[in-house]
Amino acid sequence: MPSNTTENTSGVRAERVTHSLVRDVELPGGAGTLALVTLDNGLDHTKPNTLGPEGMAELTAALTALQERAGRGEIAAVAVTGKPYFLAAGADLLQVSTVTSHEQALELGRSGHAAYELLHTMGVPTFAFVNGLALGGGLEVALNCDYRTVSADAPALGLPETGLGLIPGWGGAYLVPRLVGIEKAVDVILTRPATQKPFKAAEAAQIGLVDQLLEPADFLEQSILWASRVLRGDFEVPRRELDPQPVWDAVVAATRQRLDAVVAGSRPAPYRALDLLAAARTATRAEAFAAEDRALADLIMSDEMRASVYAFQLVSGGKKPVGAPDKSLARPVTRVGIVGAGLMAAQIALLVAQRLGVPVVMRDLDQERVDKGLGFVRSTVEKLVGRGRMAPDAAARIVASVHGTTDIDEFATCDVVVEAVTEVMGLKKKVFAELEGIVREDTILATNTSALSVTEMAADLQHPERVVGIHFFNPVAQMPLVEVVKAERTSDEALATAFAITKKLRKTAVLVADRPGFVVNRLLVLVMGKVVEAIENGTSVEVADTALAPLGFPMPTFELFDLVGPAVGLHVLTSLREDLGDRFPTSPGLEKLVADGTRVVLDRPAPGLPKPVDPAIQAVFGEVLPAGEQGRHGTPVLDAAGVLDSVLTALTVEIGHMLDEGVAAGPQQIDLCMILGAGWGFHTGGITPYLDRAGYSVKVLGRRILPDGVANVPEAVA
Amino acid sequence: MTTRNPARRALRDVVFVEGVRTPFGKARPDGLYAETRADDLVVKAVRELLRRHPELPGERVDEVAIAATTQQGDQGLTLGRTVGMLAGLPQTVPGFAIDRMCAGAMTAVTTTAAGIATGSADVVIAGGVEHMGRHPMGFDADPNPRFLSEKLVDPESLNMGVTAENLHDKFPHLTKERADAYAVNSQAKYAKALANGDVGPELVPVAVRSAEQGWGLATADELPRPGTTVEGIANLKTPFRPGGRVTAGNASPLTDGATAALLASGDTAAELGLPVAMRLVSSAFAGVDPSIMGYGPVPATDRALAQAGLTIDDIGLFEINEAFAVQVLSFLDHYGIADDDERVNPYGGAIAMGHPLASSGVRLMTQLAHQFAQHPEVRYGITTMCVGLGQGGTVIWENPHHADYSGHTTATTATDEEN
Repeated sequence: MPSNTTENTSGVRAERVTHSLVRDVELPGGAGTLALVTLDNGLDHTKPNTLGPEGMAELTAALTALQERAGRGEIAAVAVTGKPYFLAAGADLLQVSTVTSHEQALELGRSGHAAYELLHTMGVPTFAFVNGLALGGGLEVALNCDYRTVSADAPALGLPETGLGLIPGWGGAYLVPRLVGIEKAVDVILTRPATQKPFKAAEAAQIGLVDQLLEPADFLEQSILWASRVLRGDFEVPRRELDPQPVWDAVVAATRQRLDAVVAGSRPAPYRALDLLAAARTATRAEAFAAEDRALADLIMSDEMRASVYAFQLVSGGKKPVGAPDKSLARPVTRVGIVGAGLMAAQIALLVAQRLGVPVVMRDLDQERVDKGLGFVRSTVEKLVGRGRMAPDAAARIVASVHGTTDIDEFATCDVVVEAVTEVMGLKKKVFAELEGIVREDTILATNTSALSVTEMAADLQHPERVVGIHFFNPVAQMPLVEVVKAERTSDEALATAFAITKKLRKTAVLVADRPGFVVNRLLVLVMGKVVEAIENGTSVEVADTALAPLGFPMPTFELFDLVGPAVGLHVLTSLREDLGDRFPTSPGLEKLVADGTRVVLDRPAPGLPKPVDPAIQAVFGEVLPAGEQGRHGTPVLDAAGVLDSVLTALTVEIGHMLDEGVAAGPQQIDLCMILGAGWGFHTGGITPYLDRAGYSVKVLGRRILPDGVANVPEAVA
Repeated sequence: MTTRNPARRALRDVVFVEGVRTPFGKARPDGLYAETRADDLVVKAVRELLRRHPELPGERVDEVAIAATTQQGDQGLTLGRTVGMLAGLPQTVPGFAIDRMCAGAMTAVTTTAAGIATGSADVVIAGGVEHMGRHPMGFDADPNPRFLSEKLVDPESLNMGVTAENLHDKFPHLTKERADAYAVNSQAKYAKALANGDVGPELVPVAVRSAEQGWGLATADELPRPGTTVEGIANLKTPFRPGGRVTAGNASPLTDGATAALLASGDTAAELGLPVAMRLVSSAFAGVDPSIMGYGPVPATDRALAQAGLTIDDIGLFEINEAFAVQVLSFLDHYGIADDDERVNPYGGAIAMGHPLASSGVRLMTQLAHQFAQHPEVRYGITTMCVGLGQGGTVIWENPHHADYSGHTTATTATDEEN
């Protein structure tokens, strides 16, 4: 297919070709011969089958040959299965992101359709035996077959394309709604990808994405038997009727409304997918597949898709942190101390007990606080047990392994002590000084500070090299990111231990320098500060709250304030201004809201929709002024576009400073932090790909942040 | 005066419900199961057995005994326990691994049968597996040097082919020609049984993967050589001795395969509605000089017959493992049975289908059970086999289809006593 492969050799690895191995199987009960196609890239289980141009060509050739055999009456059926643990993980994304022309992108869709169309026109019934993971184009192989079995241990079935800037373009968008109904199809194609939750095998069987769930122990044998029974007509595999047009239209309309509220035009893929779903009821297969080809080609040639693949690669690669010292330097950790028993401390204690499986000592000043912290641990695991997410014995072990005390001497035998006390420098220094008199000389001292200087915290210690920052995000159990902070004198041993711990906690660790707010808080609080600044100047809270919608952030600004707690937000904003200057604005209105304890948002109008800002809080900022006129700060009052521009400009300036200061190893690490720590979307690539493609980097910094083509369609091509 | 504990348990009848096996494959790098795990083979057999008996709730299985001669790697880790878990039996079902070389599965049956008889278990799964491709016979064995220094065994006794040559020496009238003729007949009987559908119902299809060919399905034995003629095998090499008599043509080939059988107490079979294919009458193992290990079935059979109060003339069907043709001939010769007696291995034997060491015992029983159903006129049959290092094992079974069947439930026995 790719006529000019030489263009694709710029540092991108060659296709890992998934072969189509064909073997004849005699069906039981004299049902004839089944031609069994095994998709197998010949590599071990760490490298899933993926589908690239060469592999697709092989599949096409294999299926074409089988079609001829079917025509000669040699075979009674065709089935497709995969190498152990995988059917296929979909199209080879790296390959997709090297496509350089719309025509080439169009061909990519067409070649897949051409192969899979053979499964419809085989002349004999076609089966998919979904033996393992089946995502994207991998699941679409199965969807294009007449019948499907699935092994109960298949870990993930899904169509994640819309989360990666694409659409399920090898038949998925057409076949899924016809198979499972339009409502479930929206779940499969739009909702699940957005939350990155593919289906378990049993769920997939339940909604009808696959026909028959079979136990893993003899999955293939029983699949073949099942196929032979279908062929003999022992039973009919039920197929639902198409949903009535009004139902179809209503679901599509409701979904479009939800997209407008949540996605707000920030990326094209979900809308293109919805358009295909809308048409799937009446379109012929040929029409639908042609429409899929067009949508796929347009999206492959979009910056959003390229940024998504860049983001996906960052997250996948995040398991190997850049800049981490040699693993062998990490100290063994057999006992962990947590200073403080507040919400953050208790969450960390729970996670450490759960994942590190070592005794945890949690200490606070008085018994009441200690009991509250222990109570959190107990109630949280009880909830997990209640929901069937944790075994009672595991819960008992966790509760028993977290010990509460008011006696600081109990930290004496800890290998690591993490402080999570109030964000006051004096207090934290006092805690560390006190600890140093108790713990061993080589005990690692970690701080969970979100914005204070770790270097300063360690400055007066006898052994400042033992201090390292391990910055968790709230809620600790859910947030996948940890910023590991290297202070001026942090030793490689302390740093390696911090990385080893975070890995065992199953968090992605990013190495950051000891600069105020590190990465996530510095940028997130800056955004919040710039939005509030616009309001202080005269923009209405409603306009400002939703001004960033075109970026597709996970929530509007005031909902974010509400989530982190306005007091915490204000505290960090203030602290960053003190350290970094008035790029971080002041806001008397925000101060008043915090002082009064005012809730800043209203309840969700409906599940899945964002919480709107409470218009009543406008009062603390002063009256709304007309956009364009001079505001209270003496600058023009901004409209929504103006707020967005001011935020993007500020972000660009700040990232420029951060790169100069060496806050992270590079823009990739900043992007990874924003994706995992702030939930910024794949389509923005974190943030720097967006700033590059929107022109802010060149306008503000005079240069791109990432090289052209890394996370966008290269300019020469676009 | 005797003081009897009224709760003391009486011995109970043991019945063979059903046996299954995987197709047997060639134990070579290009064989059917070259890329298939040994434990997976037996797991699939056990699952098929359970699937065929939905009337048996999994938790009613009281023991899983699985034999293998080389218990390491994918045949290690206490097979009976791992197989029970991998087959989806409840965690409450215990299991163990067992080894008596070639008579592993036979011993799994007799050992668990003893447990059933004494009331330790109601229902058991007994079977065996040998992936000789992955676990060549004697691999990694470390024989005690005393065997040699004290001349406890002939140094060559560990080579089974040599012991077969020794049998030819011992019984010069059991010639190579007779052995070859017997082997050719075994192949012919197998081919006929296959065509008639006598071989097939007990087979469990096994998905087999090949990195080069993809997934396939094993549905038939790989080793039989239909159309074998005496002329065709007359000049094969004699690998165990120059000018010897034992060849690949008159010996069982190296084989991969697994078997599994369901046994129960007679009462439990009646309670659950499990079909009864055979009743266990008696069983015995016996030792012989390791250098003629193939002769083991003779003393074992003598003992089993004596226990049962039967003579060889009472036996209407023989399933004897064909490790080597000469070893079968020595047995038949001892009892005055013709080389081509139709009662012996009617479906052919290991020379045709293969001998995956520790699995073969249950294959013999499975086939005898089929033959019982076809021959209601036969009341008793035996399964017997030789065992490496000089042993033999024999189990005598009664045919429930026979007019004079003695019954297998407590109630029946009581009635008999009243009569």
